[in-house]
Amino acid sequence: MLKRNTLELWVGLFVAAGILALAMLAFKVGNLTTADVVDGYKIKANFDNVGGLKVKAAVTVAGVRVGRVTGIAFDSNKYQAIVTMDVDGQYKNIPADSTANILTSGLLGDQYIGIEPGGEEVYLKDGDTILRTQSALVLEKLVGQVIFNKASEAEPPK
Amino acid sequence: MNTIRTLGGIVINSVERLGRASMFLYEVVTGSWELLRRFYLVVQQVYAVGVLTLLIILVSGLFVGMVLGLQGYNTLVKFGSANSLGLLVALSLVRELGPVVTALLFAGRAGSALTAEIGLMKATEQLAGMEMMAVNPVTRLIAPRFLGGVIAMPLLAALFSAIGVLGGHLIGVGLLGVDAGAFWSQMQNGVDFYDDILNGVVKSLVFGVVCTWIAVFEGYDAVPTSEGVASATNRTVVYSSLAVLGLDFVLTALTLGDV
Repeated sequence: MLKRNTLELWVGLFVAAGILALAMLAFKVGNLTTADVVDGYKIKANFDNVGGLKVKAAVTVAGVRVGRVTGIAFDSNKYQAIVTMDVDGQYKNIPADSTANILTSGLLGDQYIGIEPGGEEVYLKDGDTILRTQSALVLEKLVGQVIFNKASEAEPPK
Repeated sequence: MNTIRTLGGIVINSVERLGRASMFLYEVVTGSWELLRRFYLVVQQVYAVGVLTLLIILVSGLFVGMVLGLQGYNTLVKFGSANSLGLLVALSLVRELGPVVTALLFAGRAGSALTAEIGLMKATEQLAGMEMMAVNPVTRLIAPRFLGGVIAMPLLAALFSAIGVLGGHLIGVGLLGVDAGAFWSQMQNGVDFYDDILNGVVKSLVFGVVCTWIAVFEGYDAVPTSEGVASATNRTVVYSSLAVLGLDFVLTALTLGDV
C-alpha cells in the first residue's frame, strides 16, 4: 500500500476532480447558469390554441428572453387556453397593448412566446392580461388551406 | 420428472442466495456506521476502486464522446441541424452512456478485483483468523470496500460524462467545424439540471450500490478454493453487467414516467 500522505493526496485529487466534473456538467452543460427569472411579475394571455407550447418555454421580446411560461390552463368559460408567464423584474416597460404570439424556433425547434410591443404608455403590471394574442400555427390547418386554395384555383373559369 | 426437480432446485437455490445476499447487505450497511470513526479505511478503498479505475474511465469517456461526435454529426448534417450536435452528445452521455458504461467498466475493473481479493482472503482463512481475534470482518473489511465503491461510482460517472462532452467538442468543433457557440448554447438550452444531470447521478449511485454489493457478496460467499474464487470473480462481472443493464431500463422508465 502507498504511504498515507500519497494515498490521501490521490484520493483528494480524485474526489476534487469528480466534484469539478459534476460542477462542469451542472454549469457548463446544463442550464443552471441561466439565472432564472429574478423578482419577476406574472402576466397572463389567452390563446385560442397553444399548439405544442410547454411550461418553461421562453418568453421573448425582440428575440431576447425576458421570462418563462409558468403555467398553461384551460378556461372552460371561454374555451381558451390561459398561459401564465413570469417576466423578469428588470423588463418593466412592456406596453399594455402588446401582442403575444406563439412562435416556433427553427423547423424542429420548440415553441415559445414572442411579445410584440405596442405603442401605449400604460405598462403591464403583475397579474395583467395581454388581450391581443395570436395562436400557434397549426401545420394541419395551414396545409389544409393550401390544398383548398389550390383546388379553387384549378376550377375552370366560367 | 428429474428436469422439473432440477428446475425447482435452481429456483430454491437462487432465492436462498438472494436472501443471504440481502441479509449480508443489511449487515454491511449497519456495520458502516462504525466507519465514521475510522474513515481512513474508506479512503483507502476509494483509492483502490476509484483512483485506480480512473485511467480506463477517462480514456473510454474520451473515445465514446469522440465517436458520438462523429456519428451524431453524420446523422444530424442530413437534417441540416449539425448545430444540435452538442445537445445530442451531452444528453446521450449524461442520461445514458455515462452511468451505464462507467458501471460496466467498474464491474470489470474494480468489481472483479474486489471479489478476487475477498475470495482469496477467505481461501487463505484470513477472514476466519480475524473472527478468532474478535474482529468482525464485515465491519473491518467489507463495509469500507462497499462504501468506497458507492462513493467512487458517481464521481467516476461524472468524470466520464464531462470528458466525453470534451471529446465530442474536440471532434465536432475542432475537426468537423460545428460552430462552437451553437454547440454550447444548444447544449445548455436542452440539458436540464434536475431532469437530466441529477437523473444520471441517481442512476450511477444505484449502480454503485448494486455493483459493489454483488462484488463483495460474491467474494464473501466464494467457495474457498482457487476454482471457487475464479468462478466467483466470473459471476461478479456477469451478474453486475446484467443487473446494470436491467436496472437501467427500470430507472429510465421510472424517471420518464410514461411506460
